Amino acid sequence: MAVKTLTIDDQLISAREEQTVLEAAREAGISIPTLCELHGLGDIGACRLCLVEVTGIAKLQPACTTRVAEGMVVVTNSQRLQNYRRMIVELLFAERNHICAVCVANGHCELQDLGLAVGMDHVRYEYLSPQCQVDLSHERFGVDHNRCVLCMRCVRACDEIEGAHTWDVMGRGTASRVITDLKQPWGESQSCTSCGKCVLACPTGAIFRRGSTVSEMERDRWQLDFIVTAREKKQWII
Amino acid sequence: MELPELHQIAEKERASQKPIRLRICVAAGCQSSGSLAVKKKLEDTVKEAGLSDKVQVVGVGCLKMCSQGPLVQADPTQTLYAKVDETQAAGLVGAVNGGHCHCATVDPNDPFLAHQFSIVLENSGLIDPERIESYIAAEGYEGLYHVLREKTPTEIVETVIKSGLRGRGGAGYPTGLKWALVAKMQSPRKFVVCNADEGDPGAFMDRSVLESDPHRILEGMAIAGYAIGATQGYIYVRGEYPLAIKRLQGAIRQAKRLGMLGGHIFESPFDFNIDLRIGAGAFVCGEETALMASIEGRRGQPRPRPPFPAESGLWGQPTLINNVETFANIPTLIRKGADWFSAIGTEKSKGTKVFALAGKITNTGLIEVPMGTTLRRIVEEMGGGVENGGTVKAVQTGGPSGGCIPADKLDTPVDYESLAAIGSIMGSGGMIVMDQSTNMVDVARFFMEFCMDESCGKCAPCRAGTVQMYRLLSKIREGRGTQQDIDMLNGLCDLLRNTSLCGLGQTAPNPTLSTLRYFRHEYEQLLTDSTVNGQLPKHPANTT
Repeated sequence: MAVKTLTIDDQLISAREEQTVLEAAREAGISIPTLCELHGLGDIGACRLCLVEVTGIAKLQPACTTRVAEGMVVVTNSQRLQNYRRMIVELLFAERNHICAVCVANGHCELQDLGLAVGMDHVRYEYLSPQCQVDLSHERFGVDHNRCVLCMRCVRACDEIEGAHTWDVMGRGTASRVITDLKQPWGESQSCTSCGKCVLACPTGAIFRRGSTVSEMERDRWQLDFIVTAREKKQWII
Repeated sequence: MELPELHQIAEKERASQKPIRLRICVAAGCQSSGSLAVKKKLEDTVKEAGLSDKVQVVGVGCLKMCSQGPLVQADPTQTLYAKVDETQAAGLVGAVNGGHCHCATVDPNDPFLAHQFSIVLENSGLIDPERIESYIAAEGYEGLYHVLREKTPTEIVETVIKSGLRGRGGAGYPTGLKWALVAKMQSPRKFVVCNADEGDPGAFMDRSVLESDPHRILEGMAIAGYAIGATQGYIYVRGEYPLAIKRLQGAIRQAKRLGMLGGHIFESPFDFNIDLRIGAGAFVCGEETALMASIEGRRGQPRPRPPFPAESGLWGQPTLINNVETFANIPTLIRKGADWFSAIGTEKSKGTKVFALAGKITNTGLIEVPMGTTLRRIVEEMGGGVENGGTVKAVQTGGPSGGCIPADKLDTPVDYESLAAIGSIMGSGGMIVMDQSTNMVDVARFFMEFCMDESCGKCAPCRAGTVQMYRLLSKIREGRGTQQDIDMLNGLCDLLRNTSLCGLGQTAPNPTLSTLRYFRHEYEQLLTDSTVNGQLPKHPANTT
């Protein structure tokens, strides 16, 4: 196992060569905002919030999919990056109908946390206010597309950990929607095992346990990583 | 098959040709103006006149001057007849047989034709795209024979490096370098992919090549396969090109029958197969990682690079992806050599480029010119300027990823660097000419709408950003915008360019940025807080 040394935000740190910049930064106590990333799931570099500046590379690189390299110099929090992050978070808030006051995830929402983290005090962009569906056909869970940020965590959790691949995405652009099976109502999905891993993975109030009311939707996200570690290493560590 | 046998096929094909040949374009452009009916009529007329042993009617690929279709060219006089309809068939057959007809002809010295330099299109309009014998008679597959029997893969890669050929998909990455990268990868399985998912509005270069000379692509891919050590190729062609698909299917079948594809090609140890994969209508599938996902049967969405396809492509194996036009250069490049190729074009951009001329221009159609030809020559001389005597306002190159070049920059030579320096890109070859009646905010809005509709939805800036930019452009166009909206638009342009996951989002701001750079006054005229408060532009009848 080789070890690399690199500089993140002027801090000299060491990391194992298979680690990503995001993992190395977190180990060193440097926080980089993320949304689509979730420990235990494969990284897709989609939300673009973890973009960092790497000296010698003209394009910004997603910290979640960029491997560490010897002598790498990374900046995670320049003014430019802060501006981009705030814009992206604002764009996400404007895209669907994120009304925290009536949301099951209020207070336990990663999008809400991001809004605070990037210093969003208002949204500069026009709210698109799309007409989105709520699917309550499943006996235990529900999905409210008004609150979906298309991070595709549910898709990956279902595919990679549960292996059912019930979730996928249909449509494109801003009309993209996560769907169960071939857009069957969730309750009629034949592939869904009702395991609830998608509920654990969802960062917002989009996928929730039925019966939760405002602010009640808390999740034990560590369970996903627990299952992956258990399966791969035969270690049951809580 | 040995070389004499290949020559025998060519000889037999040439011997079967009648003294007088009427070559009629049966590519999609002329077909849409009725060339198939004209072809039928010509064939019937020849038969009725008892001239079957003297006159032959051949369906060929694109004869380039699409606006004048259906086009018919006669051998051996080379007369090019324009806008031929069924009623003119008898006269035309009479004319080539020593008589006279009233059909319109195109002057062979017309700059549109005279300034062309054909490499990619060298067989276009000359050979029958549906017959492999016709391609072999034009020295087709001879390059592949010599490559497989006499050259090492390294020599081929070196030839391509030396030629200076750069990717014709638009970005201009050195082709030889890409080949060398894949060739160096150690893997039991590698792939060659031809990107035929041409999707820019107004672009039809690749379609014409596929419809006019499909074997050229197969030969180019087989040579690439040999050079990099791949045994399987895929052509990813968009479903909107049914004729190209049909001709490719026919070409692959014929090539397999004669042993130019399959096992032990030309009795060498080299095996190579090509399969087609049909796109389902997503523009983003032209992006290489999305294209590969689509070939694998997954949702066509890009993924972050690295790893690049050269390292980890189709099913995780090293994969070479080139555009149609890049592969189309290969057979000729190999046959004539790197020195011959690198003598054409400019210092950094070698060879030729095919452009699809479209928009408000007199001669719409397909042109192939040496790199370094000025836009002015292309638009004003070859294209014949704006139709009905108008003047050029801007030229748009590179489709939704490109920019609008103002008329005063027409002396820019077309090469990768020069076009990038003025805020556009070479792109795949779409060239849309706009006249004074075009409102540039409309143009920016049109392309932004295109990107918004085609954004795959994976990365947040592109998905949620293009829709906001489209709304801002609409707001400005409708006279409700303010200076603040322009600032916000600029901010979003910067965001998308620097944070989007793939080329679609990164280049989506280009039409907006270039129109803001060169035609800012058109935006400002429309602002509610501008000095010319809320006035509509001078040409209000310019809705697109």
